[in-house]
Amino acid sequence: MNLRYIVPLIAVILLFLISYLGAQVSGLQYLLGVVVPYLAIITFVLGFAYRVINWSRSPVPFSIPTTGGQQKSLPWIQHSKFDSPANGWQIVVRMALEIFTFRSLFRNTRMKLTQGGRLSYQLEIFLWVGALAFHYAFLVVLIRHLRFFTEPVPFFVQLVENVDSFFRVEIIYPAFKFGVPGVYLSGFVLLAAVSYLFFRRLFVRQVKYISIASDYFPLFLIFGIALSGILMRYFAKIDVTAAKELTLGLITFRPNIPEGVSAIFFVHVFLVSIFIAYFPFSKLMHLGGVFLSPTRNMPTDTRARRHVNPWNYPVPVHTYDEYEDEFREKMVEVGLPVEKMPEPAAAKTPASEPEQAEEKE
Amino acid sequence: MADETPKPEELIQIDHRPPKTDWMDVPVDIRKGMYCYASNPKSVEYLGLPNARQWNPLDEDWQLPENWQEIIHEGFKERLEKFRSFRVFMDICVRCGACADKCHYFIGTGDPKNMPVLRAELLRSVYRNDFTRMGKILGKINGARPMSLDVLKEWWYYLFQCSECRRCSVFCPYGIDTAEITIMGRELLNLLGLNIDWIATPVANCYRTGNHLGIQPHAFKDMLDFFVEDIEEITGVQVDCNINKKGADILFITPSGDVFADPGTYTAMGYLMLFHYLKEKYGLDVTWSTYGSEGGNFGFFTSHETMKRLNSKMYAEAKRLGVKWILGGECGHMWRVINQYMDTMNGPTDFLEEPVSPITGTKFENARSNRMVHIAEFVADLIKHGKLELDPSRNDHLKVTFHDSCNPSRGMGIFDEPRYVIESVCNHFYEMPANTIRENTFCCGSGAGLNAGENMELRLTGGLPRANAVKHVHEKHGVNMLACICAIDRAALPPLMEYWVPEVDVTGLHEMVANALIMPGENERSTDLRGEDIPGREVVEEESDIESEEQADEK
Ligand code: HEM
Ligand code: SF4
Ligand code: SF4
Repeated sequence: MNLRYIVPLIAVILLFLISYLGAQVSGLQYLLGVVVPYLAIITFVLGFAYRVINWSRSPVPFSIPTTGGQQKSLPWIQHSKFDSPANGWQIVVRMALEIFTFRSLFRNTRMKLTQGGRLSYQLEIFLWVGALAFHYAFLVVLIRHLRFFTEPVPFFVQLVENVDSFFRVEIIYPAFKFGVPGVYLSGFVLLAAVSYLFFRRLFVRQVKYISIASDYFPLFLIFGIALSGILMRYFAKIDVTAAKELTLGLITFRPNIPEGVSAIFFVHVFLVSIFIAYFPFSKLMHLGGVFLSPTRNMPTDTRARRHVNPWNYPVPVHTYDEYEDEFREKMVEVGLPVEKMPEPAAAKTPASEPEQAEEKE
Repeated sequence: MADETPKPEELIQIDHRPPKTDWMDVPVDIRKGMYCYASNPKSVEYLGLPNARQWNPLDEDWQLPENWQEIIHEGFKERLEKFRSFRVFMDICVRCGACADKCHYFIGTGDPKNMPVLRAELLRSVYRNDFTRMGKILGKINGARPMSLDVLKEWWYYLFQCSECRRCSVFCPYGIDTAEITIMGRELLNLLGLNIDWIATPVANCYRTGNHLGIQPHAFKDMLDFFVEDIEEITGVQVDCNINKKGADILFITPSGDVFADPGTYTAMGYLMLFHYLKEKYGLDVTWSTYGSEGGNFGFFTSHETMKRLNSKMYAEAKRLGVKWILGGECGHMWRVINQYMDTMNGPTDFLEEPVSPITGTKFENARSNRMVHIAEFVADLIKHGKLELDPSRNDHLKVTFHDSCNPSRGMGIFDEPRYVIESVCNHFYEMPANTIRENTFCCGSGAGLNAGENMELRLTGGLPRANAVKHVHEKHGVNMLACICAIDRAALPPLMEYWVPEVDVTGLHEMVANALIMPGENERSTDLRGEDIPGREVVEEESDIESEEQADEK
């Protein structure tokens, strides 16, 4: 039994049950539908800001980009602009490629050792596909949810919805079409991708070995959120107007709990609230951190432009004069130039000497 | 060393499946062949670093200061506050595992704690416990654990099984650089005097004598004079060699390893021949320095402060000698330090000029602030402008492949300059498979101060991916020479090749350049710089035999 995923699994199930049962009690509905979401948002905003400020408070003493391609050097040598960016806009492109296409992850390979002792490194694209599917599905779902917080619904939300549900007709969902406005692909992709990421952690031994509770928890939570959403939409068929009344109330600071909001909706909102509140204190902060990663967001023109370290401090050094004082006689003997000619009798002995080198290098 | 090291057939039996036991419950086993000896107290003391004492990693008691836990905690905190990299990297890893099988030490040993992510977790677990609430509350199931002597030993063992090569950082979606975490971890260990001697003593030597090997100025001059004699024997040309010359145009700094041991020495001879050629033809005056007789910087493997202390000599010496700019020889970590740290630490360099090649007029725009040019850039430019007379057919017996050294690759991005030079000086060049070169290159297995003798098994396993790729091109194209632009490589790769691919030898770039270089007034060359006959050009007289025997004796 591996507590590292059992504990988060139980935690998410408990959260599910608590909110489901709580929603039956009318007094608790206000807590679940209004107080908790507000608290969650406040935690998120403050927590996120705190984390980012905390990161930014630590300076970047050295410019340490990982050069993933040819440096900018001689004019006739092709510079790899986006893997070894030498100026601002090239960095912007590098970062954009990381953030929108997960470029580094795309490089992923899988090492194999054959019986004959031969190593090979094949392209391993599944993690990239899974991660990309997961994040874009998440993004689309997020944008679609703006519908619940805006009146009238902005055109880009409409647009995303249209694209997202575009696939409906072709795909084999006739059974779902009873009165449902459309099947959104994103929700199912999200569910599938989260499942993939989870099973990967469970079955790829190396990944399982490194995974901890806070790797499983967000996956279960997102699974729970997506599942409750899909249940609401396609099966429980909740009163969407009432739901929107509630969410609009939240966003306009006139919170109220309308009649006819079903329990599963409270579950959904509650799990989302937990997710939002948990966000700033977890690895999900990679959302912010990736922008601050010095191996990616620093320029590679480190010899052309001096990077300043705010805490650069003087250090003890062994000066040339000290060096010559110790070796002057020997230098003069072999004809090496010196700054000061030795005075005949003033032979010096250094205070302490390190062990004479054995053969190093 | 050799008698205890397992055979290749044994070492290749690698199991990459992690054990069933939770990694926190697997106690560290400090194994012979995998670790380097502890720092010599005299060296630690000479530098004024903490807790100099005799100690042995195999002992139960590491003789730590009473309050060592507090020192680590405070040191950790200080570094989180000083380095955004450290703080962000501690926080944002999602444990996706993309980096896991990218580390040559994991590939070669199968030890899961050599997966970069787990190497980082060794520190991160303590970070969670000491600096995050979530970690403190949830404890072990959330990957947190308090600092203890066993944890410290685990840090020491695995942080000295990381060559700070940055290969993992190429693949991480957030650019998390485990090398950076190792650098921080080693700084923390040094606060308790837990260095290895292969780093501590070269650092002390370098501080005192100007180079890692502790070569004193007169001996350094002897060694160069010796090369001058060798060159005269082979080419008939007596080259001059400036040392500590004030008013020279350019100061040349390169790792002392190349002055000291084969096959690096041939590259050192190559430099001398090149500089002589440039002097004769174009009047360029290059000087070596004894005070700055080390390009490498093992301080980098100790702490940022120690790195700065050693690096300061480069600019100080350039200023004292009044040169225009600095030319740097072939080296790996030396160039990471020069490229990403030097100007920041010890600049600005207003006493130097923006580097311009006086021969071609090329401005080295990319080095206009720190004013130090890589010799491969410099020579590529000379060749491009047709300023070197070359006979690449003298290297026709070589089938060459090129090993990108980690630091110039992922900390600088110098890929095409050395390739251009190689293709100009030899006719048979073959690349290793794409996943093993350029930014994907594999470490020699001995970087970051791990090229000692006592950890040979670590070096051979860590070097396996590199050797495996060399073997591939050896079998496919008959490659017999592995070229590199790193002095540590020239020390580390020969035993690696001998072990895994004995048919392949190791060379520096400028050894091949010098072999192809047609010196003014030279004799017909029948041997290369190693004193070995160039096939098809052997002189049949006995004289050449005697010459090469002499050469062999000297080595
Ligand atoms: C709203 C913003 C984001 C959220 C909620 C989010 C959430 C997550 C979650 C929950 C995982 C864990 C998957 C797992 O445990 O296996 C994950 C992984 C990942 N995220 Fe994000 N993320 C966000 C933004 C980003 C951004 C901007 C990037 C761009 C670099 C990114 C790149 C990744 C990658 C590459 C993974 C690895 C896939 C994996 O772990 O299996 N994420 N993200
Ligand atoms: S690739 Fe990066 S995010 Fe993924 S496990 Fe490795 S260090 Fe963590
Ligand atoms: S820096 Fe290199 S040696 Fe260190 S963990 Fe990463 S891949 Fe391994």
